[in-house]
Amino acid sequence: MCNSYKVLTSQNAAISVTDLTKRYGERNAVDHISFEVPRGTICGFVGPNGAGKTTTIRMLLGLVKPTTGAGTVLGEPLTHPERFLGKVGALIEGPAFYPALSGRENLKVLATLGNFPHDRVDQLLDQVGLLDRATSKFKTYSLGMKQRLGIAAALLPSPELLILDEPTNGLDPAGIQEVRELLGHLAGYGLTVLVSSHLLSEIEAIADDLVMLRHGKVLFSGQTKALLTAQQSTVIASSSNPHDLARLIEIAKNSGHQAQIVNESVHVIADAEFATNFNKAAFESGIILSSLVTARPTLEETFFELTSDN
Amino acid sequence: MIRIFKSEWRKLRRPTLFLGTLAAVIGLTGLISSLLFLLLDSERGNGREGMIITRETLALPNGLYVGFANSAGLLGVIALCVFAAQTAIEYTNGTLRNLLVREPRRLLLLAGKYLAMISFALITVCFSAIVSVGISASLANVKDVNTDLWYTSSALSLFGSTFGNVLLSVISYGTVGMTLGLLLRSPISSISIALAWILVVENILSATVDGISKWLPGQLMSSIPVQFGVDFSYSWALIGSASYLLISGAAAAILFKRRDVVN
Repeated sequence: MCNSYKVLTSQNAAISVTDLTKRYGERNAVDHISFEVPRGTICGFVGPNGAGKTTTIRMLLGLVKPTTGAGTVLGEPLTHPERFLGKVGALIEGPAFYPALSGRENLKVLATLGNFPHDRVDQLLDQVGLLDRATSKFKTYSLGMKQRLGIAAALLPSPELLILDEPTNGLDPAGIQEVRELLGHLAGYGLTVLVSSHLLSEIEAIADDLVMLRHGKVLFSGQTKALLTAQQSTVIASSSNPHDLARLIEIAKNSGHQAQIVNESVHVIADAEFATNFNKAAFESGIILSSLVTARPTLEETFFELTSDN
Repeated sequence: MIRIFKSEWRKLRRPTLFLGTLAAVIGLTGLISSLLFLLLDSERGNGREGMIITRETLALPNGLYVGFANSAGLLGVIALCVFAAQTAIEYTNGTLRNLLVREPRRLLLLAGKYLAMISFALITVCFSAIVSVGISASLANVKDVNTDLWYTSSALSLFGSTFGNVLLSVISYGTVGMTLGLLLRSPISSISIALAWILVVENILSATVDGISKWLPGQLMSSIPVQFGVDFSYSWALIGSASYLLISGAAAAILFKRRDVVN
């Protein structure tokens, strides 16, 4: 099945997949995707619901067999998950534990199974702020506590690669900030993190690299910075006199740019360099601008633009 | 394998499951063994399915273990429930994906879980034997049962075979539970379907269709320790049960190895 595919893996790729496909009946949940995640980076894995993120993650972890395609994780083929999973931590589609067991006992089940030292259990519970609730049953935990236990479980093997599916679900703002700091801290030690999240502002803040999916296909794979800088910036101008806005639109259009009024400001689709000329032309027309800024689209705006069906 | 076994025992030893199961085993065995002696002179019978077991039968070398052997069916049902629940709950909790990330060799994981549950079943059978023998020894004097042959070397060797047969029967029931747990991925469905088949459908079929008992898995498994009211031999029960378990177990194991884990 997968053996006929040759994976072109660069030496420093923690994850590399080529032409990976998962078909359910007539539908391709994942459709011939190829991407790489460089070692030591935090890579955001984004896409709308049903884009194929979780299916891809499950294929990377040996839980779902690819229909076609191949790949490597930490240099080992996907067809032999036993060779790399000992160095991989994962939180897949929310935390899943035994409700009647305590948080500590749940981690010990996994520590025993993975042959990890039990000392790590309490260290990790402390790290995620659950040590004082270690003996409480999992079913009594709040959603945020369950999520933090899931992150602790993912960290059990002292992983080289951490795969986190929506790790900030259910966390309060402080918890989200903690996860962000934790991921940054881990990446600082050379750990590779593949993190999927709906909170694109979070991904933008932490991810060096990005893989963007839609309808099971890769829309973008590469550095986050490269994606954002490739997007067209907007020059936003305001005037204290609302009657000037129509004239500002006219000036922008005369310069060959699209423009429109948004929230009592004029938004001009143009490079940052246009701002100087725009200011000068407005001044020459007798308009004093009260503010003039250049804005690049956020990851969220870029995401919606790229993933929009239109 | 040892770490899988130990990991599974962390789940099996939780008090509600472990102590709850032992309480059920002790209670049911105690009831069956007590009624065997207390209803000795009852016309409605004192054994399985209203069978009358006389003082003379109980005075035989295996008399001390009749109550224990009669408990095998209920011990089997308990094992079936535990095996099915412990297997299927990994799907309903979504914990199977955690287990497979930590141990991706699926058949090894399954074998480790199975052995852990067999050891759990062994403990329940041991408790059942102790309770039944204790009650039988106590009530024999009260009900004037001659126990001269109970404490002989032949009686001791009979205990070994009775214990082995009860354990085999219980493991058979448990294997059915585990197989259904793997196939149906739901504790409630697995247990209800198994119990409905074994306790209702098979009993109706056995009572209405001549000669069908020897082909029914529940009848075969329950007849390993007690050859009462059946028209087939011990070896037929053993081979028949083993055949059913091998075929269904192999099918479930292959399915477990190949099936995508999506929940």
